[in-house]
Amino acid sequence: MIEFLEYHLPVLLIIIPMIAAPLSVLIGNRRIVQWLALTVCWTTFGLALWMVAIVNSSGPVSYELGGWAPPYGIEYRVDQLNSFIIMFVSGLGAIVLTYSPHSLNAEIPQSQHYLFYPMYLLCMTGLMGICVTGDLFNVFVFLEISSLSTYALISLGRTRRAPLAAFQYLIMGTIGATFLLIGIGLLYQMTGTLNMADIAAHLENQRQINDGQWAGSRTMLVAFAFLTVGLCIKMAVFPLHSWLPNAYAYAPSVVTAFVAATATKVSVYAFIRIVFGIFTPRFAFELLPLDTALWSFSLVGIFMASIAAIFQQDIKRRLAYSSIAQIGYMLLGISMANNDGLSAGIVHMFNHALIKGGLFMVVGCFVLRLGSVHLDDWKGAARTMPWTSLAWVLGGLGLIGVPVTCGFISKWLLLTAALHNNLYSVAILMLISSLLAVIYIWQVVEVLYFCEPSEKAKQATEAPMLMLVTTYVVVGANIVFGVWTTYSAGLAAKAAKALLEGGSP
Amino acid sequence: MNIFSPETMIQISLALPALAMLLVLLTGRFPNVRETCTLVVATALFLINCDLASYVFAGDRPSWNLGQMMMPGFDIAFTVEPLGMLFALVASGLWVLTTVYAIGYMRGHHEKNQTRFFACFAAAIFAAMAAAFSANLFTLFVMYEVMTISTYPLVTHHGDEKAKRGGRVYLGILLSTSVAFFMFAIAWTWKISGTLTFTQGGILSEAFSNGEVSELQLAILLGLFAFGIGKAALMPFHRWLPAAMVAPTPVSALLHAVAVVKVGVFSVLKVAIYIFGLDLINDTGAGEWLCYVAAATILLASLVAMTKDNLKARLAYSTISQLAYITLGAAIATPESAVGGGMHIAMHAVGKITLFFCAGAIYVGAHKTDISQMKGLGRAMPFTFAAFLIAAISIIGLPPGGGSWSKWLLALGAAETGQMFLIATLMISSLLNIAYLIPIPIRAFMVTKGEEPQSFSEGPLMCVVPLCMTAVGSVVLFFFANSIYDGLLPIVQ
Amino acid sequence: MTLDEVLGLYNYWVVICLMMTGFYIVIARKNMIKTVIGLNIFQTSVVLLYITMGKVTGGTAPIIPPETFAHQNDHHGLVHETASDAVDEGTLETVDEGASEAIHQSAELIYSNPLPSVLMLTAIVVGIATTALALALIVRIGEDYGTVEEDEIQVIDRNERRNNEYHK
Repeated sequence: MIEFLEYHLPVLLIIIPMIAAPLSVLIGNRRIVQWLALTVCWTTFGLALWMVAIVNSSGPVSYELGGWAPPYGIEYRVDQLNSFIIMFVSGLGAIVLTYSPHSLNAEIPQSQHYLFYPMYLLCMTGLMGICVTGDLFNVFVFLEISSLSTYALISLGRTRRAPLAAFQYLIMGTIGATFLLIGIGLLYQMTGTLNMADIAAHLENQRQINDGQWAGSRTMLVAFAFLTVGLCIKMAVFPLHSWLPNAYAYAPSVVTAFVAATATKVSVYAFIRIVFGIFTPRFAFELLPLDTALWSFSLVGIFMASIAAIFQQDIKRRLAYSSIAQIGYMLLGISMANNDGLSAGIVHMFNHALIKGGLFMVVGCFVLRLGSVHLDDWKGAARTMPWTSLAWVLGGLGLIGVPVTCGFISKWLLLTAALHNNLYSVAILMLISSLLAVIYIWQVVEVLYFCEPSEKAKQATEAPMLMLVTTYVVVGANIVFGVWTTYSAGLAAKAAKALLEGGSP
Repeated sequence: MNIFSPETMIQISLALPALAMLLVLLTGRFPNVRETCTLVVATALFLINCDLASYVFAGDRPSWNLGQMMMPGFDIAFTVEPLGMLFALVASGLWVLTTVYAIGYMRGHHEKNQTRFFACFAAAIFAAMAAAFSANLFTLFVMYEVMTISTYPLVTHHGDEKAKRGGRVYLGILLSTSVAFFMFAIAWTWKISGTLTFTQGGILSEAFSNGEVSELQLAILLGLFAFGIGKAALMPFHRWLPAAMVAPTPVSALLHAVAVVKVGVFSVLKVAIYIFGLDLINDTGAGEWLCYVAAATILLASLVAMTKDNLKARLAYSTISQLAYITLGAAIATPESAVGGGMHIAMHAVGKITLFFCAGAIYVGAHKTDISQMKGLGRAMPFTFAAFLIAAISIIGLPPGGGSWSKWLLALGAAETGQMFLIATLMISSLLNIAYLIPIPIRAFMVTKGEEPQSFSEGPLMCVVPLCMTAVGSVVLFFFANSIYDGLLPIVQ
Repeated sequence: MTLDEVLGLYNYWVVICLMMTGFYIVIARKNMIKTVIGLNIFQTSVVLLYITMGKVTGGTAPIIPPETFAHQNDHHGLVHETASDAVDEGTLETVDEGASEAIHQSAELIYSNPLPSVLMLTAIVVGIATTALALALIVRIGEDYGTVEEDEIQVIDRNERRNNEYHK
């Protein structure tokens, strides 16, 4: 039995949530579906941990779907990088779902809960699928699965702005996915295969680099462009970020917590895989100025988003703009294309998932008790909701990047990576931008602790125990992984090394 | 007692404040138990530190390495050397006295949120201990930031609009300088020399002799450190100190006379001695411009202090001025000035804490904050103002105050460089110190004919006893200056 | 490029025209239904890209004709093995002579690539799901706002926000 499970582990990670989803719709009973979904999510997390252990002990795992050998069959390939991501995506999915009941009861009509869970499970399926697969078209399919379920989840929000936000996200997201599809098509045309490792091998032959001049196929350049831009839309890179603030602000709190923690990170992973795995770093960074483009857009995005965050009265929008800025940090790390930078980008995916997931869970607690996301309604809430407010402070410190939180780890790695490449101006700009986070986080802290309680704050009570405990698990993980990083920065460093070594010709 | 090895003593020194914080949080409902916990732990900490000091001043350099658990490539490590030991002794010793004082003050003033207060105090002392013992710049930076965060709730203790604004300036300046300058400087140092460990003689000299870094770059690097370590309150990044005076006085006393500011100047000294190395600073003249800035800070802060009527504000600017002495000692970069700067950490701490204790006692006992209101108050509060006078003498730098020795050493160091303006600065600032400190106790003891003496009494006993003890301490240190000098000398050899 | 080459690439020109038309509609039209239509046109262009890519000049539908299939059945076991060998090695060289004849016959027929069409089946399904979801959202938005014109909705939202602030 154990060998069977171990052998089929990569596909089980996808199949289990995928089957549970229609099963939930069929079952129809809210309570049963809730328990089913919880079981499935925690099982998936357990399997993901097992996967991490296997990959760490015996190296990358390759699984042939249906027994068909690659490159004709679809291959699932799990190495250091994706096992790491699978672990935290499934982990956060499980924790947020555990946290969700009270929040869901308040924000979504009970008759629709049995539809919420299958959507959630499908989103998980899609995200896990993107991470696990080694086939490029599979990436597109799972990307669309996760996106479609995300659009549906977002539209479940309370106000009428929610379907509108979902629609706008749908349009932009579909354009992005279609660009991705075009890129895949062009790559297929040039190489005749869809398996990522195989494409990389074929492109080797096609590259024909003479004296630093590109003498190969122009189609490859176009494919690269489409893939990159398509993924940038999904990652919400400036200037293609406009779908994110509305989508995060108007979705139900649970949805925002899950999506903010996972969806963009998985797109960043796909980006890394394509740039480093298929088009090698040499092509992307030395021949094409992708590094310059990335770090300039990232920096502009970081500053613009951080400054925008300062002026938002809606806390969820504030955190949404903050997410755009943090994606910028991830890409900044990736653009350095050295060990430190890539580690920084990868570990920041993990750290930011914890930080943002935790912060949005805190927001969910406040929304439940105060009934509002408006800063004015949160005044003085620290008096009636001390633990929730403390969780905001701890999560916020992580976002700022104070030592002893995981945010500091990413920041430090980014700093050393930038200096390693002699990018002094990038380093200074990155440090200054992190100070902007102090402003928009501390505004909320001041409102919570230093103001006279608003009407809503006076009537509030502390958040329910379940929500508090799960929030503190995530926020606490923030601190734990800020002090002990063997399994975060350590894993990220190994993944980065594997990517950079494997990618070089 | 030799039951603990030096390494264990380091671990205990770090664990005790953390333990205190935990105990305070657990026993919050029972104030007396809570206070006892802090006092017991603080006393234990001081005793452990004394024991550790006997090893360190005998030449030992005990260390404890936690490895790269926080950051691949960078250790969290602790090594005790004389300067750090001195700072740790001062901080832990004064913690005991400040806890006694704080009990008196907080209860006398019926302050709220005392559990949070004492817990954050313990956290700040933990950060101070860890910073004192840190073996490399990375550990120092981590603990520096932990201290900033743990002292914020203390600064904004009162939770009102004024506290909020003061806290904003405090956090804003400290975080901005540390992130924008200090962190960058550390990373740059690492890039140049490949290591961040505090080493006798500095770690940059090799890179300089290889030509990898120029004199100008070294000067800029020193500047980034000096301004980045915002807790050293070098102008123009000094505004956080007066802003932090919104805190209750025990906070101002221990933290802003002892822990927070001393972490600042301690870091500056360690950077100058163990990262740059005094010889490198002298050879490259990297410290020259810093001398000017430090001298300017000394004079300007003293001048501003003279204009302040609020006692705590005046003391704040006096602190800024005195801290700049230590920075000046680092910038002059001669053995005497460096040792003098180190000694001044202890002398100034004891003296300044007394002054702040007095300010708090006056506030609790007589509800007065402005100097102009304190005329004749000394008749009602003789011990308080007597202590004030004694501590003021130490700050000014006159015998039998301990501060006279540290100033003497600084002057010696300045004389060695031949820069007359530095000696002039020291002399003028002493005069200014007299001008803004001495009138306070003198006016307090004066009663003009026909005026009623103010009808107040001394502050609470638990406030007055500590301040008398520290006042006496500043005189006692005068006689022990030699031991301190001998103890610190190894750092510059 | 010569005129022949330009004309020869006519399928790509069609794809580009459709793609840009669809993209323009998405960006420039304010009516949500029209946006969805534009998105559909955009996706259709990509489908065309793949399908035309799969067509091999002179190629027939990728279905093994019955005659060849009967032959293959005779040499069932042998052909299967060598056929799979051929597939593995990516060549059509065979070992056995008897089987090579049957293979040769089926090799005379040139097949178009079946894979892109198959991929596009998936993509079409995804497209339909997206369109269905988009239309469902539009129905909801229409009910909530009373209109499906984006500029009118913006006005309604702005007024609502102003009213909220006014009444605070």
